[in-house]
Amino acid sequence: MNIASRFQTPPEDGEPVQFTFDGELVTAPIGTSLAAALLSHSGDASRETATGAGRSAFCMMGVCFDCLVEVDGTPNTQACMTLVRDGMVVKRQIGLRGLTGGNDV
Amino acid sequence: MSAKHSEITIIGGGVVGLSVAMGLLQAGRRVCVLDGADSDARASQGNFGLVWGQGKGWNFAPYAKWTGEALAAWPEFSAKLTDLSGIDVALDQSGGFEFFTDADEMDEFAGMLAGQQSHIGNRFSHEVLSADDLHRQIDGIGEDVVGATFSKFDGHVNPLRFLRALRLSVQALGGTVKTNAQVTSVDPVTNGGFDLTLANGDTFGAEKVLLCAGLGAMKLAADLGFRTKIRPQRGELLITEKLRDRLPFISSTIRQVDEGGVQIGGTKADAGMDDSETLDVMAGLARHAVQVFPALADVRVIRAWGALRVMSPDGYPVYAQSNEHLGAYLVTCHSGVTLASLHASVLTDWIEDTSAAPDLEAFDEHRFTLSNAA
Repeated sequence: MNIASRFQTPPEDGEPVQFTFDGELVTAPIGTSLAAALLSHSGDASRETATGAGRSAFCMMGVCFDCLVEVDGTPNTQACMTLVRDGMVVKRQIGLRGLTGGNDV
Repeated sequence: MSAKHSEITIIGGGVVGLSVAMGLLQAGRRVCVLDGADSDARASQGNFGLVWGQGKGWNFAPYAKWTGEALAAWPEFSAKLTDLSGIDVALDQSGGFEFFTDADEMDEFAGMLAGQQSHIGNRFSHEVLSADDLHRQIDGIGEDVVGATFSKFDGHVNPLRFLRALRLSVQALGGTVKTNAQVTSVDPVTNGGFDLTLANGDTFGAEKVLLCAGLGAMKLAADLGFRTKIRPQRGELLITEKLRDRLPFISSTIRQVDEGGVQIGGTKADAGMDDSETLDVMAGLARHAVQVFPALADVRVIRAWGALRVMSPDGYPVYAQSNEHLGAYLVTCHSGVTLASLHASVLTDWIEDTSAAPDLEAFDEHRFTLSNAA
């Protein structure tokens, strides 16, 4: 799905870094939070709740837990509290995490 | 009779007050529950949700029996809550474990359970499991665990949904719950009944007054001539992120609510009215959880808090009627969740003094006078 984002990445001095989001290559300036990078990348939901509802980053300050994604194999990572890094492997968080880590997908 | 006059006024809108209200409303009484301020010490909002018998009353038979009856009454109580409130409190009484990493501690606790068993026979049942037994029964238990005790009667509910279900049930039965209603004084009226004054200056009349305000009852209880000294005991707990998998056990220190989050707790400290959490205690809880079930090491803690238990001097419930002021009652206990099934049923008969009243003499506060004199 490709939903246009209502957010824009401001021009930054930082070097661009690249990471993948569910396999798709995303570029963002260094120093950007992963949540901001995902919001400007797409208007699509970045996670699904336990009941299958779509969610994206909301509070941007570590409180609401709506920006959860899997980062380099670690589930339920708060994207707003994580800076983008080159080569990061990011996946949508689908439902609750399992006890032993990893994800449904 | 003014609009602000009720037959029975319950001071305290937590688990204990609301449970007692439910019972009285079902007996046809008009009941008003006065719930305090948000800033009050609210044990009911910090509670762990255990419906638990292990160890309770091991050297005090009346409490062992009372707890056994409460556990047996929970299924019916839970069904009633769902009927009245539309909320499923997720009662799970599939049995509970106490895990041990110290063999001496386990032996001591097993001895206590034997005492409990001797008081109440088949109302209680327990097993003592060796490390081998335990590892055969449950996958993923840590190597440091030397064994466990198990009772098939133990279990838990979803603690926050339970509090909400209680409140909605009281309202569904026609009870009134007034919020932000801090009672500052209870004055006996000469020809019977009581005048209550609230912090905002409102006054309130009642024929009977039940003090169920936990730690908030201390001053009012003394004013009404009750002798029980209630003290706070701090417990701290950790809440993890929600998990898709179910933990393969319920224990009194590690349990997973139906929504997936794991609660880790069980600490005890005397810290006065200070309910803040402390780093070393939280670290100890996390260490304990990982020792018992190593897979939890990878799970995030997302919240932690301290809360104050409501403790009588000997830790047992107090059900007392004022000798000086007819119609004033004190109901206080630590295990408000476990005992709720009785507070919402047969305790009504005790308050109403019917022929079906349970014998609660052992829980009267005169036991403190006697022990003081000894």
